Amino acid sequence: MGDAEIIPIGTRGRPGRGAGKQPSSAARGLAPSKGGGARSAAKRQADSQRPAEDPVALHPDAPAEADATPHDAQPGGGGPQARPYRGPGAPGGRAAEQRPTPVADVLAEAERAAVTTRERHPLRGIPTGEWLAAFQHAAVELFGEQWEPKLAEFLAFLRRRVTGDYIVDEYGFDPEITERFLIAALRPIAQKWFRIEVRGVENIPTTGGALVVSNHSGTVPVDGLMTAVSVFDHTGRNLRALGADLVFKMPIVSTAARKGGATLACSEDAERMLRGGELVGVWPEGFKGIGKPYADRYKLQRFGRGGFVSAALRTGVPIIPLAVVGAEEIYPLVGNIPSLARLLGVPYIPITPLFPLLGPLGLVPLPSKWLLEFGEPIRTDEYEPGAADDPMLVFDVTDQVRETIQQTLYSLLMQRQSIFR
Amino acid sequence: MADAAGTPQGGHVVLVTGVSRDLGRRCARALAEHPSVRRVIGVDVVPPRGDIGDVSFVRADIRNPVIAKVIAKEDVDTVVHMSVIATPGSAGGRNTMKELNVIGTMQLLAACQKAPSVQNLIVKSTTTVYGASNRDPAMFTEDMQPRRAPRAGYAKDVAEIEGYVRGFARRRGDCRVLMLRCANVIGPHVDSPLTSYFRLPVIPTVLGYDARLQFLHEDDLVDVLGHALESDVAGTFNIAGEGIVMLSQALRRLQRPGIPLPGFAVGGVGSALRSARLADFSPEQQAFLTYGRGVDTTQMRDVLGFQPRFTTAEAFADFARDLTPTGGRTERVLGAVADRLPSTAALSRAAAAPPSSVPTTTGPVEAVETR
Repeated sequence: MGDAEIIPIGTRGRPGRGAGKQPSSAARGLAPSKGGGARSAAKRQADSQRPAEDPVALHPDAPAEADATPHDAQPGGGGPQARPYRGPGAPGGRAAEQRPTPVADVLAEAERAAVTTRERHPLRGIPTGEWLAAFQHAAVELFGEQWEPKLAEFLAFLRRRVTGDYIVDEYGFDPEITERFLIAALRPIAQKWFRIEVRGVENIPTTGGALVVSNHSGTVPVDGLMTAVSVFDHTGRNLRALGADLVFKMPIVSTAARKGGATLACSEDAERMLRGGELVGVWPEGFKGIGKPYADRYKLQRFGRGGFVSAALRTGVPIIPLAVVGAEEIYPLVGNIPSLARLLGVPYIPITPLFPLLGPLGLVPLPSKWLLEFGEPIRTDEYEPGAADDPMLVFDVTDQVRETIQQTLYSLLMQRQSIFR
Repeated sequence: MADAAGTPQGGHVVLVTGVSRDLGRRCARALAEHPSVRRVIGVDVVPPRGDIGDVSFVRADIRNPVIAKVIAKEDVDTVVHMSVIATPGSAGGRNTMKELNVIGTMQLLAACQKAPSVQNLIVKSTTTVYGASNRDPAMFTEDMQPRRAPRAGYAKDVAEIEGYVRGFARRRGDCRVLMLRCANVIGPHVDSPLTSYFRLPVIPTVLGYDARLQFLHEDDLVDVLGHALESDVAGTFNIAGEGIVMLSQALRRLQRPGIPLPGFAVGGVGSALRSARLADFSPEQQAFLTYGRGVDTTQMRDVLGFQPRFTTAEAFADFARDLTPTGGRTERVLGAVADRLPSTAALSRAAAAPPSSVPTTTGPVEAVETR
């Protein structure tokens, strides 16, 4: 073997773990050392020369017990205290162990035998300076170079939240929580999962009331959320959704909807919001559109009773048709359990190829490629004041909006390479 | 103004019902100090508990025709009806409460109809008539009806009372009838189902719902009655402070912990609290604390010409001032952290007002109403 470097493993040849004679080296390493501090400078030098067995041992502030690892096995050479390697067959035990300072060593050994199972907190060895550095590093990672004001702002934000010192508007819309959490959480889904491509953003007015009218699809109203995120990211405006009364009946959903700026789809609220200069989103197909079977995808259903057109006519705001392609494929609806749906008081219980077959995994939407196209605004301010009470005119405008969306859907479907690309 | 409203020589003689309770007593006292008022007669079945000042108290039950004699004898020209009670507890049971509310109003209106001297009728109603449900519009205007007609309790009483008042207004076209639908009155001295709810050390809420609340400060209630007396406007008006406070936000401002309970459990907790006489948690209050309610106050400002001094948030802050926080640990921890970080202490002050996309508030009692 000569001077070949042998890296020992295990108990290093001595009876160790389970032999009942001596605590294992790992156990001894945990025990506090009384003799560690008495080691000579030469020994320390030898320590620093060999590769670090214990990263903590290299730290200047590390506690003394980190140095208590036995060094019997280190390769030859180095300082004056260096010893030749003892083979596996060499007699182990307390007497055979060579230590630089025998008296201190014996004392330390006696101490160790008594305290082999002392509890030690895993974070005890980490000094405060390290903590601060780690904290600073994390802050820089999280908030960027200007982390100090950002962190202060974040703390102020948290305090504002827990003291209730924020403002909601009369619909319960909480812009702070919407922009910081709801939209921030949905943005990666919109950008990475559905890879939403938005066209015709310039058709959305930057100020004043406007009514975005969209097709509805996808079994679960994900399209509404994605539209809101896309509109916010491209125009900075919050899309105020009009939701069915079922939304406000369901716990948690109702809270989130109100906080996110939605309100009930009724003419009073729609007109109130539009008069207030909000950008309002409406999905007139309702449950007929969202719960239609996969075979009927991209076939627009009846557009309600045209209430959205009356609201726009009364307030004179433009109607912006929006065609959403891709939402139909996220949960392909192949079946329904009407009896259970009636029992639960919901419009339908969806069965998709993956749900409920795969359980919760079936709730993951398929990553279809989405295209959103905002059409030319349809002006409503040129009609006479009483136009909203003319049912024929309301039906005409409704059909015009519906046709526009349907045609846009067809043209977008032609442009799409495949469902997922 | 006073002459246009038909103020009789020497000022109004006002009859106020329901003076035994705190709000009625305070309103009667305030009306007695009003310059256009000559005399205020307070009526109730039990004597008022506090000082009624210049108000002369007549112990009479509005449920029997004695009230007509009082009106005729005192030559009353203005009747302020405030004795609609919301809690069966104080009246001694739901039947008594209903009788006091509905039969009492009927008798009072019958007496008013017979008395030609009565020229003004001011009824303090409540926004509870709009109900609270998931089908509600965000803001009720005066001409809206509740989405579901109330079937029981206070809301039904008020709906019936309003019906009788409308009938009276039809029959006595010469009499000015003003109905004030007040939002939940709140303030340090108010003892109502809602204030006793907020005074609970740990406040039960309905899991998954966050109600929109609107309040009227007690001082504003007193003011609006004085304003109603001297104006010559008739009709129905919503009276509420500006803005909205969410229930969760209200609890945070109170610094009191809330326990979210599933909807079906809240009823049981409510009846337990009722039997323990801690809070009155009626079904309509449960609906209110689930869905909340907002009323539009444009008419109040533009037609009635009344501007409350307190916004909803300010009224709630005034109510919360005297309550000791029972929670708020998170806030204290965050405050300690913010103070501990030396570099951020100055910056957090600067960060309170930087121009950013997120609207920052400058005070706890600021409210913005978008319209």
